[in-house]
Amino acid sequence: MLPSTQRKQRIDELAETGPGPDAGVSLAASAWRRLRRNPVFLVGASIIGAFVLLALSSPLLAQHDPALRLLEDQVSRAQNEIPPPQPGFPLGGDQYGRPFLSRLLLGSQQTLLVAVMATVIGLGGGLTLGILAGAFGGWVDTLVMRVVDVMLSVPSLLLAVSIGALFAQQTQFTVILAVAIVQVPIFGRLLRGSMLAQRASDHVLAARALGVKERSVVFRHMLPNALGPVVVQSTLSLAVAIIDAAALSFLGLGSGDTSVPEWGQMLGSAQNFFDSHPQLAFWPAGCIILVALGFTLVGESLRDALDPKNRR
Amino acid sequence: MLRYTVRRLGQLVIVVAVLSILLFAWLRSLPGGPVSALLGNRATPESRAALIQQLGLDQPLYVQYWKFLQRAVSGNFGVSTGVQPGTPALEVFLQRMPATLELSALALLLAVAAGIPLGYFAARRRGSWLDNVSITWSLVGVAVPVFFLAFLLKYVFALELGALPVSGRHEAGINATEVTGFYILDGLLTREWDAAWDAFLHLILPAIALSTIPFSVIFRITRAAVLDVTEEDYVRTAHSKGLTERVIRARHILRNALLPVVTIIGLQTGALLSGAVLTEQVFNLPGLGQALSLGFQRQDFAVLQVVIIASAMVYVLVNLIVDLAYAAIDPRLRTR
Repeated sequence: MLPSTQRKQRIDELAETGPGPDAGVSLAASAWRRLRRNPVFLVGASIIGAFVLLALSSPLLAQHDPALRLLEDQVSRAQNEIPPPQPGFPLGGDQYGRPFLSRLLLGSQQTLLVAVMATVIGLGGGLTLGILAGAFGGWVDTLVMRVVDVMLSVPSLLLAVSIGALFAQQTQFTVILAVAIVQVPIFGRLLRGSMLAQRASDHVLAARALGVKERSVVFRHMLPNALGPVVVQSTLSLAVAIIDAAALSFLGLGSGDTSVPEWGQMLGSAQNFFDSHPQLAFWPAGCIILVALGFTLVGESLRDALDPKNRR
Repeated sequence: MLRYTVRRLGQLVIVVAVLSILLFAWLRSLPGGPVSALLGNRATPESRAALIQQLGLDQPLYVQYWKFLQRAVSGNFGVSTGVQPGTPALEVFLQRMPATLELSALALLLAVAAGIPLGYFAARRRGSWLDNVSITWSLVGVAVPVFFLAFLLKYVFALELGALPVSGRHEAGINATEVTGFYILDGLLTREWDAAWDAFLHLILPAIALSTIPFSVIFRITRAAVLDVTEEDYVRTAHSKGLTERVIRARHILRNALLPVVTIIGLQTGALLSGAVLTEQVFNLPGLGQALSLGFQRQDFAVLQVVIIASAMVYVLVNLIVDLAYAAIDPRLRTR
């Protein structure tokens, strides 16, 4: 764009400034107003809506028990054969002759559980650390942040795998825990940063000057204003949890109990069949990518909507 | 500047100290305890007793920790039990490090070479098709599991099209002299051009797979930074002074916008190693990532502890260097 047209535009913009539509509206309300019209948010939210709906209705949709090896007689290890699509089994069977479509449908439940539980646990740990560090400052802050620094210095997948290795038997719960702990330092650091920014702000100083109790300053004045970035990060963390759980399965640290299907585990265990039967990987991978994309789109549009710079 | 450097070095020492305590605790809490963990399933009663004696497991915890530190400082991390049985863990690490460094360097180079220009042009032509396509690509890039993308690339370009090698670092019959362990560099040093070219071909697909996440991050940070800087008062002043577009672009926009990008590149070290674990496994590259996944499958904790310590130290060191470089570029940061 030429500088002159840019200048003209700026003058026009200045002329139009008056009290905008957001005057006197809270940040959350104005963020929601912007979000509602954002196509990126709408696409992401529709994907997540469909995913949650699928997870809730999958027991009705799935026609077979995902743990039963109904087509086992069509599996041949020696000839590397798995059951092809056939009447009653639109996607055929998996490497053990279990009904693939039913597993894929029901897999949405465990996948949703992994994403939500890992994020909730990670958020809980991170909030505790962040509030401790941000509210007290001083040596508490230094101590907490050194621990967080160390956790961040180990590559995330390596950290998850190290935690997974602590358990003699891998279950869905150990996978969730491993994926969640990786999120703790990220949430902790994020919240501490925005809490510290709040600490120095005028409204907190004003609350202190009025003699508001310290606990109330932290929880009623600092925390609510510092939560914006945390909300964004939790949305993104839902996507990361699903992908990390898949990576753990790929490395052989997924849940040992494969009778309850989960997309990451299905994808991870399909690795040996990738050359001969790529559909075993394509279906769960496609589902994971779509859902992860949904959470990422919502997270990114939330970030834009909560950014005060976009308030006009 | 000197004071800042000293303070950051002090922080580095603290991080490494805390890490060593955590690692010590981790080794002690592994299923079966440290003796089973370090000896693997080849443990005999005699070797168990010998190791208990050697590790001083019959002594108080702080003595054990002190001995652990002494061994670590002298580079004695025990002997590999599963990855390369019988080889000292440190040697396994040193043998495998060049492959991973080579792969990560190429991936980072790809991510930077694509991410910064695309981020810049996307921001300058906000809302254009280029902007929309690259934003979509960067969003999809983080949603695809790295190992699935690696499989996909391998399937299409290596197995179906046969355009690039399927796995490994070198073709089987190739005549290559090993000097540094970095195969591309070795080929160039010994003037074995075909060996260098072959090593490079083997790295293309893994490097592309590994670069997707760093690319997404670098692209988005660059785009956001350029958008921010373009709105700054000093850019408007530069326009009003009548400076040419070229000068404003190079001196006012790019120079300021690249500051946060430098920090983000440093932070990608961790993501690169995480991704390398998965990519190396798919392409059967004998690097640290493969040592890690093999180490976990075969419970080789001697190798694992070296790789964990080393990767954390690399991460902290790289970020220290980035911060120091940053402080050298931007004097405002030194006082903090």
